[in-house]
Formats: sequence, structure tokens, C-alpha cells
Amino acid sequence: MSDEQVKSLEEIFEARIARDEKIEPKDWMPEKYRKTHIRQISQHAHSEIVGMLPEGNWISRAPSLRRKAALLAKVQDEAGHGLYLYSACETLGISRDELYEQLHTGKAKYSSIFNYPTVTWADMGAIGWLVDGAAIINQVPLCNTSYGPYARAMVRVCKEESFHQRQGFEIMLKLCNGSPEQKEMAQDALNRWWWPSLMMLGPTDAESVHTEQSMKWKLKRKTNDELRQQFIDQTVPQADLLGLTIPDPNLKWNDETGSYDFGEIDWDEFWQVVKGHGPCNKERMDARVGAWEKGAWVRDAAMAHAKKKENKKLKEAV
Amino acid sequence: MQNKNLFHYILGIADNSLILGQRLGELCGHGPSLETDIACTNISLDLIGQTRSYYQYAAKISEEDKTEDDIAFLRLEREYKNVLLVEQPNKHFGYVMGRQFLFDVYHLMLMQELQNSKDETLVAIAKKGIKEVSYHKRFSTDWVKRLGDGTEESNQKMQEAIDGLWRYTDELFQLTDADKAMVELGVGVDVSKFKEAYYTEVTEVLKEANLTIPESKYFTSGGKKGVHSEHMGYLLSDLQYMQRTYPNMKW
Repeated sequence: MSDEQVKSLEEIFEARIARDEKIEPKDWMPEKYRKTHIRQISQHAHSEIVGMLPEGNWISRAPSLRRKAALLAKVQDEAGHGLYLYSACETLGISRDELYEQLHTGKAKYSSIFNYPTVTWADMGAIGWLVDGAAIINQVPLCNTSYGPYARAMVRVCKEESFHQRQGFEIMLKLCNGSPEQKEMAQDALNRWWWPSLMMLGPTDAESVHTEQSMKWKLKRKTNDELRQQFIDQTVPQADLLGLTIPDPNLKWNDETGSYDFGEIDWDEFWQVVKGHGPCNKERMDARVGAWEKGAWVRDAAMAHAKKKENKKLKEAV
Repeated sequence: MQNKNLFHYILGIADNSLILGQRLGELCGHGPSLETDIACTNISLDLIGQTRSYYQYAAKISEEDKTEDDIAFLRLEREYKNVLLVEQPNKHFGYVMGRQFLFDVYHLMLMQELQNSKDETLVAIAKKGIKEVSYHKRFSTDWVKRLGDGTEESNQKMQEAIDGLWRYTDELFQLTDADKAMVELGVGVDVSKFKEAYYTEVTEVLKEANLTIPESKYFTSGGKKGVHSEHMGYLLSDLQYMQRTYPNMKW
């Protein structure tokens, strides 16, 4: 294809996006669009899968049968999200094995929030309320993103995430209405998860390398800083309702801007965790790689069995 | 308690679901593939759901102002009446599927019979559970066949699991005093009756999976009387952790 032809295809492509048309797997797309989408969708899928670990950590110790069932269902939903996000990613011409390989070798990233430990039951509440809350703010705009399979997967993901968020809030509410020990547990969880949740919305706009291009492709509709402000403004009244204190002495309502001013985020901590040196980066990767390696004989057996069955069928047909 | 035998009969069934559900829940996020992970979590979820229905019923008839959670979390090890089979650890995926398969074949037979109980609540629970348990059995049977037939390594591992778990199968068909009393009243199921059908069915699947039927005639039991394996205490310390650490609180 000549440069001119490519240029004209690119123009048609950009025009389609501008008209809010969906791009489908078989449509022509610029290589950069394809790669950016593989990066983002797989990062999202990996986050779902790694995100199963900190919550899975409490399934065996959930405090009631109702909570145990709800937590199992929630972690199962996350696995389901991972599954259809991997499938959406595969439509861009990459296999699931390749995607796992990228995760396991550290080439692909996942949400840094999952590198923090879940040390009490209240963390199940805080993750639902704050982490899923921040995820929804990040993800709702993606229901209208330009790449069809991703947008459709996100519609379902968002519906389930918003259920999870309410469930998390309800765990917190129960703790806050419970004994002093339970309330203290809830406050402690908020103290530990608040700042990492703010970091989840990404580096500041000045530091964000992908924002401009992603806005153009509707992979992003608002900047990181705008999303973070939205999250804070939405969450502070919820903390008030719970009777919990946001661990930020500089948090203050600003009449002029109509939103909350907040303190400095510790970006050194953010980059430390992103670069692989958070409290649980190693544990999470060991768990994922371990499950994959320990499961190799099972996957091999399934393939071998399927092949034998197929051969048998062929023989019978002959 | 007037319905003491019924109470213990229900627990005898429900504890199996609770403990197996607990074991499967431990695997969440650590399965050999995303699909098997989802399936095992799903089975765990079904079993915990069944457990809740049974315990809610048991709590209602206990006349002691108990809740489902009191029954699930606040008993002593000796008071749990699950069979030894379901408490065995997740040694590897072959064990997980072997344990599931050996239990599911029995479980489905039990559910089918329980539909004819004179106790309406048990009938309702069985009718709902039967769909779930049929799926569990299909899933575990397929995996036993896949692993038995797959590769040399998987065949060895599946055989190791069947050999290791076989000795716990006989207990499934033993009746406690509460069981006998309930069978007498037409409420309980006489599980000893389907022992033969069970071994016939299991043997067929194992043969198809290229696995050898263990020849040992030595079996181990005790769970139904509350005498468990050494694994049980650790399982319970996880299960009961919150309720024991923070007594008398609502979650």
C-alpha cells in the first residue's frame, strides 16, 4: 500500500471516529490504534485477574455465609470480566497465551492498587467502595469508546462494577453501625485505601503520556485530574454518611470551584509501586505465575484429550 | 429440642456442602486456567448457597434462637459431621477433581432421593440443588476423563488422586443414628442403598478414563461421627477466624 493510500485510509478512519461510529475487528485501523488498544484492554484484563487475589484472600475467612457467597460471586465476576476482556483483546490479533506471557514477564502492567495487601475484613468493604468506585469513574466513559468489542464488554463490566461498589459500601455501613472495634476496622481500611485509590486514576495530566492520543480515539473522555476530582467529590459525602474521616487534613470544600480541594498525593509511592516495588507486587506475580506453571500439566492434558477424541472421531468416520 | 434427629440429619448433609465449598473457595484465583477457576468458584458458590438453605432450616427447628452463621461458624470440630472426603486438601488439580467427582456421584444420588422425602423443606432444597449438582457432576466427570486420558503425567496424577481418596468413599454410605431415625420416618434417605450403584457408576467412569480401580478393601471413616482428619482444624481456623476473633457481632 502506498503512503498516500494509507493516508487516505487514516483520514477515513479518523472521520469515522469523529462521527462516533464503532470500529470493528475486521475494519482497517492504524497500527498505533491497534497497539494502544491491545495495551489498554490487556492491562484492564490483567487487572481483573490480579485483582482476584487480594479479595480471594478473604473468601475462606469471610465472617458470615452471606458475605462468603457474595465475595465468591464478586471474585467470579472479576474472572468473567477478565475472560471477556481477553476475548475483546484477541480480536486485535493477539492470543491469550501471548497476553499472559506479557503479564508474567512484567512487560504488561496491571492496576497498581492490587499490590496493596488486604489485612482485615474491612478491606473487602473499602475495595468495593473505593477501588470499584474509582474503577467505575474510569470505565463508564469507555462504554462509548470507539473500539466496538471493548465498548460492548465495558457495558457489562460497568453494570457489575456498580453492583460491587454498592456491596462494598454496604459492608462499610454495617461496620460503621456495628461495635467500636468494627468502626475502627472500617476507619483503618479507609486510611490505607484512600490514597492508593486516588492514585488509581493515573498520574497528573502533566505526567500522563497517553492522554492526548487516547482522547482523540475516545479511549479517554476526561483527563486523569478531572476524573480524580470527580471521584473525590463523589466519595467525600459518602464517607460523611458513614461517619468516617478521610485521611487528608487538607481536604476542604471550595465554594468557588464547587468541589473539594485536597492534599498532595505521594507520587513517589505511586511510581515505586508502578515500577514493581509495592508491598505485594512480588506476591501477586508469584501467585499468577505459580498458578500458570502449576496448571501446565492440566492444560496439556486437556489439549491431548481433545486431540485424541478428534482422531478417534476421524477414524470412525473413515 | 424436639426435632433433634432432624436437626442432626440436616447438619449431616449440609456440613458436606459447607466444607467442600470452603475447600473450593480456597482455590479462587489459583486455578490452572481462567475457565476452571470460574467453574470451581461457581461450584463453591452453589454449595455455600445450599448450605445456607439447610442451616436456615436447621436454625428454625433448633428452638434455640440460633442463626445459620452460629451453626456454620461456632461449633467445635467434633460437632461438624461432614465426611472425611470433602475436607481433604487441594493437593493438586487432580485431587480437586477427584474429590469432587467421588462426592458428586454420591451427592446427585442423594439429591434425587431426597426429592421423595416427607419433609417439604428438604424436598424444596433438593429440587433446587439437583440442577446444580448435575452440573457439578458433569464438570468433574469430564475432568476425571480428560486428566485420566490426557497425557502420561496427567494420568499418573489422576491415578494418584483416586488412589489417595478411594479410602474415604465407603463412609458416604454409613448411617448415623440420626440418619436411621429419619429414614424410619420417611424423611431421610437410606444412603446405604445406593452403594452398589455408586461403585458401578464410578468404576465405569474410571475405566473410560484409563484409570485403575483401587483394589484396597481398607476404608477410613469418622467424619460423620465428628472425628476428623488432621486437616480439619486448620480448615476451621480459617472458616471461624472472624466469628471467633470478634464474637457477637453482625457483619
